[in-house]
Amino acid sequence: MNWREFRHNRRAMIGACILAAFLLMALFAPVIVPYAPTAIRFTPNLSPDGQHWLGTTLNGNDILSQVIWGARASLFVGFVCATLISLIQLVMGVFAGYVGGLFDTVASAITNVFLVLPALPLLIILAAYLQGGSVFVLIAVIVVTGWAWGAKVLRAQAITLRERPFVQASRISGESRWHIVLTHIVPNMLGIIVSNFFGAALFAVLAEAGLEFIGLGNINDVTWGTMLYWAQEGNAILLGDWVWLLVPGLCLALVGTSLGLLNFAVDEIANPRLRRLT
Amino acid sequence: MSALLEIRDLTVGYGWRFPPAVTAVRDVSLTVHAGEVVGVAGESGSGKSTLAFAATGLLDPPARILSGSVCFDGAEVTTMSREELRQMHFQSASMVFQASMNVLNPVTRIESQFRDAMAAHGVTSRQEARRRAEEAFDLVKVPRRYLDVYPHQLSGGMRQRAVIALALVMRPKLLVLDEPTTALDVVVERAILQSLDELRRDLGFGVIFITHDLSLLVEIADRIAIMYAGRLVEEAPARELYESPKHPYTVALMGAFPPLAGERQRLTGIPGQPPDLRNLPPGCPYAPRCPSFIPGVCDVLDPPDVVIDENRRVLCHLYGSVEVTGD
Amino acid sequence: MTSPTTHSEAAATPGSSPLLEVRGLSTAYGIGKIGRHQEVAALTDVDLTIGRGEVLGLVGESGSGKTTFARTLVYLERPTAGTVSIDGEVMPKHPSSARLREHRRKVQMIFQDPYSSLDPFHTVKNTITQPLRAFNIVPRRKERAEVEDLLNQVGLTPVKDFLERYPHELSGGQRQRVGIARALAARPRLLIADEPTSMLDVSIRLTIMNVLLDLQKSHGLSLIFITHDLAAARYVSERVAIMYAGRLVEIGPAPEVLGAPRHPYTMLLRDAVPDPGQHGLARIRADERGEPPDLTALPPGCAFAPRCSFARDECLVEFPSWRRAGENHEVRCILVEEESS
Repeated sequence: MNWREFRHNRRAMIGACILAAFLLMALFAPVIVPYAPTAIRFTPNLSPDGQHWLGTTLNGNDILSQVIWGARASLFVGFVCATLISLIQLVMGVFAGYVGGLFDTVASAITNVFLVLPALPLLIILAAYLQGGSVFVLIAVIVVTGWAWGAKVLRAQAITLRERPFVQASRISGESRWHIVLTHIVPNMLGIIVSNFFGAALFAVLAEAGLEFIGLGNINDVTWGTMLYWAQEGNAILLGDWVWLLVPGLCLALVGTSLGLLNFAVDEIANPRLRRLT
Repeated sequence: MSALLEIRDLTVGYGWRFPPAVTAVRDVSLTVHAGEVVGVAGESGSGKSTLAFAATGLLDPPARILSGSVCFDGAEVTTMSREELRQMHFQSASMVFQASMNVLNPVTRIESQFRDAMAAHGVTSRQEARRRAEEAFDLVKVPRRYLDVYPHQLSGGMRQRAVIALALVMRPKLLVLDEPTTALDVVVERAILQSLDELRRDLGFGVIFITHDLSLLVEIADRIAIMYAGRLVEEAPARELYESPKHPYTVALMGAFPPLAGERQRLTGIPGQPPDLRNLPPGCPYAPRCPSFIPGVCDVLDPPDVVIDENRRVLCHLYGSVEVTGD
Repeated sequence: MTSPTTHSEAAATPGSSPLLEVRGLSTAYGIGKIGRHQEVAALTDVDLTIGRGEVLGLVGESGSGKTTFARTLVYLERPTAGTVSIDGEVMPKHPSSARLREHRRKVQMIFQDPYSSLDPFHTVKNTITQPLRAFNIVPRRKERAEVEDLLNQVGLTPVKDFLERYPHELSGGQRQRVGIARALAARPRLLIADEPTSMLDVSIRLTIMNVLLDLQKSHGLSLIFITHDLAAARYVSERVAIMYAGRLVEIGPAPEVLGAPRHPYTMLLRDAVPDPGQHGLARIRADERGEPPDLTALPPGCAFAPRCSFARDECLVEFPSWRRAGENHEVRCILVEEESS
């Protein structure tokens, strides 16, 4: 992973900037929100004006405050899920691919089972069954449905790397399996691992919002997904309150785009063959 | 005998900027006659492959011909259009590369690759293409039935023969081989070279044979050119080069092949590092490793191209007219 | 079938036992998917003994099994039959990882491709430190000194210039030296060099061969030098063994085996090597021009018989046993009359 190239890659920089902006927004939310996101003492259904830059919701919440606050949930869920998914993929993909044998056979079988389960219906069913609980339920559900495909990709790459002479030389140098995986295999597939991370984050952000939109999250939390839920419930379109519907959706799209851009950019940097001829 | 290919003062560079970052070939002149085998020997970074690509008009950006001319069969290659180059390739001049799997499409049968190549040069009838392909396979002694298989089903030696057959199917006048047998075993290599030799005698094409294996060239080439860091440092008939090499690099290179027979003696390779083409020192590129290095001359002045007699040239101060008394 | 042991005892220091003993070693592996499964007999019934401080050249072309032999000796591949013993201790059929470690401390390998045998993400210092650490060769505080000493020994000087370099900043010859230093770090007794020079420039090859020879002498190592280049084998080794289709076919002192070979395959190899002293293109017999057999479908009898101009009916029955062709020189060919006792 070449940091200099990262800086020069336009997609990487755009993605990174957008993401950074939202990260800052999420981090400093308690400080920058004009009003408490759950405060309902305002006139409902206001259009954007001087007091409320984005207007208010059906229940009288300030939309801008909610949007800013919503970044926290999306990014939190996004990154926690991505991290957990990556860790699982490290064991079930990279390590399994490297060691082969019984561990790999069992791990692959498990991966295949999870791969075959349809993600979307499973997400919905699990979330419904676990009864609109906390964000941790959402995280668990997303991780369970989202790790399998990337694990397969990482496993394939690990198998290729396993045959490289420098890895075989490490075996002869007496290094232990985990040592080889962490110091030789992972750095040499860092590009795919990082790109997988961003892909998982993208999936998590959108899955979370999707689940919340259909009401399976905790509808009392303030997140972009629940904002969409309430907007839908409050017939925002009918009332012409399109700001309420559009802005959280736009934020989700932007965060998703930034993660997608970073995903492609890292892929490009790590794999020189994907680069455009400048 | 008129020259089939005449390369004059050719300079080729790599790089997007100007002047290019690397000069891969510098001021090289070489002539090939019909029916003749010219060997080009050199190690990595010598520019031998670049020379071959330039001579057959196969150079792609970022490689560019900076100066000089390449005259093939009377026509100037450096100024040809893409269409003219395309016509020339395969029909008049053909190239055989080192790794046959880089040439053959792994997902199509061999016969269709022949057909594609021939169709691009006017042979459109399927039967005619098949007939010619079969003839070509006969020439290289590969059984005809292998036209109907995929490349991976052939052994390395057979694949390389198939590639040679493909190169010869339109009966080109010039065949350029870039390390064609390096990846093959020595027995298979010798068998292929024997076939190639017979073909050359029968069909009369000229050959440029590029390799790092100097001892092989002495056996098969009529003339040998030695390249180092993009310069052609010595050119001579094969036997003369073997018996009395003049350039210090040629001498050292010959000495780098341990003998098969005789007493075991300690030999030394060539000390130092191969040249870094981005950072060539002024003067002679071989100077840093040369045992006959003359300070003040070799590291300052470009070595002269000395004509020793009508068949021999050396690029070296030792044979030049520069006064070497250390002025 | 008797095995060539007598000559190695003569070659090694009198009275000392051999360092490496290989008996009946065979390695086969399966390829292909279900239904089209085939077994590749990469190595069949190899007997070999290496004395202490001895240098053996192992010559063979591709498909001869020489690389499989190297990999089996370091247990990168498991043998399917036969035994390997170091210092008299036989390796168990399913060695534990502790046992494997012990084995690798004694037997190290140098790889063929300098461009892929070093991890591109690790510095030279890092690469050489890893075996030091894994085998506990020296305490932590002495690691750096040990690495510097190793770099010195392989000629990568000034040492400080090389410690923090990455492989892509080194030339092919330099990388190969790092590979040698890495192998030496474990303080092995036996070094297996698998075609260490075939991917290097011609002018560098001799330098690397000399480095290996010097180190072999100064450390008293045994060295198996694997190559397809007969001349390199001659340069490096006292004894040479020839492999064909997974078997050893001839073994003996280098000048004899390469100068006056007795096995038809060795003769063919020798004739095929470029000889500039020759006028014009040297020719080999047409029927020998074929290629090595398919290891998934070896014919019964001598594997070379289909290509051999001296082949007789008996050759197709079973693989010839070892026969003595001279002092310490043994051949697996019926042309050599005298049976080894």
